[in-house]
Amino acid sequence: MSGDHQTLALLLFSVFIAVTLGITTWVGRNRQGSAEEFYAGGRLFSPMENGFAIAGDYMSAASFLGISGLIALFGYDGMLYSVGFLVAWLVVLLLVAELVRNCGRFTLADVVAARMAERPVRTAVGTSSVTVSVLYLVAQMVGAGSLVALLLGGTSDTARSWTVVGVGALMVIYVSFGGMRATTWIQIVKAVLLMAGAAVLTVLVLAHFHGDVNALLHTAAERSGHGRDFLSPGLRYGESWTARFDFISLGLALVLGTAGLPHILSRFYTVPTARAARRSVVWSIGLIGSFYLMTIVLGFGAAALVGSADVRASNASGNTAVPLLALVLGGGEGSTGGTVLFAVVAAVAFATILAVVAGITLASSASVAHDLYATFRRPGAEQRSEVAVARVAAVGVGVVAIALGLLAQDLNVAFLVGLAFAVAASANLPALLYSLFWRSFTTRGAVWAVYGGLVPAVLLVLLSPVVSGGPASLFPGVDFQLFPLENPGLVSIPAGFLAGWIGTVTSSGPPDEARHAETEVRSLTGAGAA
Amino acid sequence: MEKEAGPDAAATRLDDPWYDAPPPGWGEPDGAAGFAPDARTGPEMVRHPHSAADVYVEVQRSAAFREVRRRYRRFVVPASAAFLLWYLAYVVAATTAPGLMARPVVGALNVAMLAGLGQFLTTFVLTWAYVRHARLHRDRAALELRWDTQEMTRGIGR
Repeated sequence: MSGDHQTLALLLFSVFIAVTLGITTWVGRNRQGSAEEFYAGGRLFSPMENGFAIAGDYMSAASFLGISGLIALFGYDGMLYSVGFLVAWLVVLLLVAELVRNCGRFTLADVVAARMAERPVRTAVGTSSVTVSVLYLVAQMVGAGSLVALLLGGTSDTARSWTVVGVGALMVIYVSFGGMRATTWIQIVKAVLLMAGAAVLTVLVLAHFHGDVNALLHTAAERSGHGRDFLSPGLRYGESWTARFDFISLGLALVLGTAGLPHILSRFYTVPTARAARRSVVWSIGLIGSFYLMTIVLGFGAAALVGSADVRASNASGNTAVPLLALVLGGGEGSTGGTVLFAVVAAVAFATILAVVAGITLASSASVAHDLYATFRRPGAEQRSEVAVARVAAVGVGVVAIALGLLAQDLNVAFLVGLAFAVAASANLPALLYSLFWRSFTTRGAVWAVYGGLVPAVLLVLLSPVVSGGPASLFPGVDFQLFPLENPGLVSIPAGFLAGWIGTVTSSGPPDEARHAETEVRSLTGAGAA
Repeated sequence: MEKEAGPDAAATRLDDPWYDAPPPGWGEPDGAAGFAPDARTGPEMVRHPHSAADVYVEVQRSAAFREVRRRYRRFVVPASAAFLLWYLAYVVAATTAPGLMARPVVGALNVAMLAGLGQFLTTFVLTWAYVRHARLHRDRAALELRWDTQEMTRGIGR
């Protein structure tokens, strides 16, 4: 990559950072620090704004660069991700969004704890929410470091480390000074940039083939070196039964985990009503769906125009497929068009990372302050002080994420995103669905559902090939691998649901009918909603 | 996705989620502006519950609420089961039956491609169907229940 790319890309990065810091300052003035303002941005965003923000929160650099790259390398098997990431939104739309908006105030634990003994349930759900957020955050931070290094050509360790520190510092500034309002606007700006960038590249790819998708697919198959196999499943996940079950496990985690991601759920509190939450999800399904359709075109486009071999040569996991494609579409290395498009793609990827990490940092600071701290503080402390705690928690989360990001930057942490989804699906989703839909659900059931999903998910990963026992493991030297799959979802998701059921049927006291009535009436009508 | 309302467009305008539901007490000094008592379809207001908990139990047992709940569940339970099964079938077929999935259909498109695009299509269609169902069969009744419930809980110690 030449110096021109770097200069232009760095310029665009700086512009984006300046704009986002401007948003943060603009949003931060004249606002008193109420919890409503900090966690929910005042609850008056429109469905369209929130829909863009949800899309901006959800579509990570891993989707933009990672999925297109997987498609460029493995063809159809990369597409399986796109489908899973989209279908997941039906769970959110049908079962979760409106009811959560009606029942909760700021966090997932609000909903689950509403009918239960507050303290143990809040602690459990708060713990699993923070776990999910930190896993996701570390994956994004490490990704940011290697991505920026990759895009700017500087592969030195110092550049990567400073990127991790810089991204961490920025997200802490956005969140602690701007709260939900600044985070939302940053996500909206990012969603617009990402959609526009992907749309431009998609149009250029299709124009290159004169709109003939058939020709695109045929060329992609030809230049991939796999022929027609490239267009059907099996290149990545078809080699063994372990690989097959691994993908089924991941697919399950993707589709069920989205509805348990704390940073996604907290977005529904930024709109005034459940129906506005529903319409936000409709907007985000439209945006996310078209985005993943575009990643498919970009992935096959990269295979057709760059060639799978060149993509693999540049980066073994395919993360540079889209930037390379941009270079070719703009006219090739050294041309002005290529330089500009490449820099734009790099800047969009950077914006994507910043918006996603800001959303996760906010959600985890909310879990720490509103769920964990608020449970243990002395009664009678004001809400005002909770926001102060949340700001400090954002700094704490940032420091932890930077530290873990720096420690893990030489490790292959791609599995962390899958793990975050698996924990969300195994611990958060059972507790959430049971408390919304099951009359007899009890406090013990809720606590068991959370820990019964969280503990197996984490334990199974520790015992899996990603940690030990293989050449690509975190600790290749030792072997305590007992569980064959990289993603624990296939086991831990049923475990979470089962534990919640067992905990409930073995509870001694009867469930609280009156509070179940309150939850059910509030969830379906919106009576008394915050 | 919600703009195809047609004949009932005027009715749904009132229900626009963005404009509805100011919290009780906002701009309605007597607390009941715009709601004629005889227009209520919610739980009857004759009994005087002693606490908010009683109100919620009473509303939960009312026919109007049971109808809203029934309509919601009768849509989402089968729909969720259907799309989850369809997705699982797709993932399992893609990983375990590559031969079937590789069968060519037309041009470069094979069964796998069509199934994948079909997942996108069914997601969009189900989104549209859910939103339409909620708007036509649930929103108005739920909103009325919301006002009634809030009216009943007002002034009662919780």
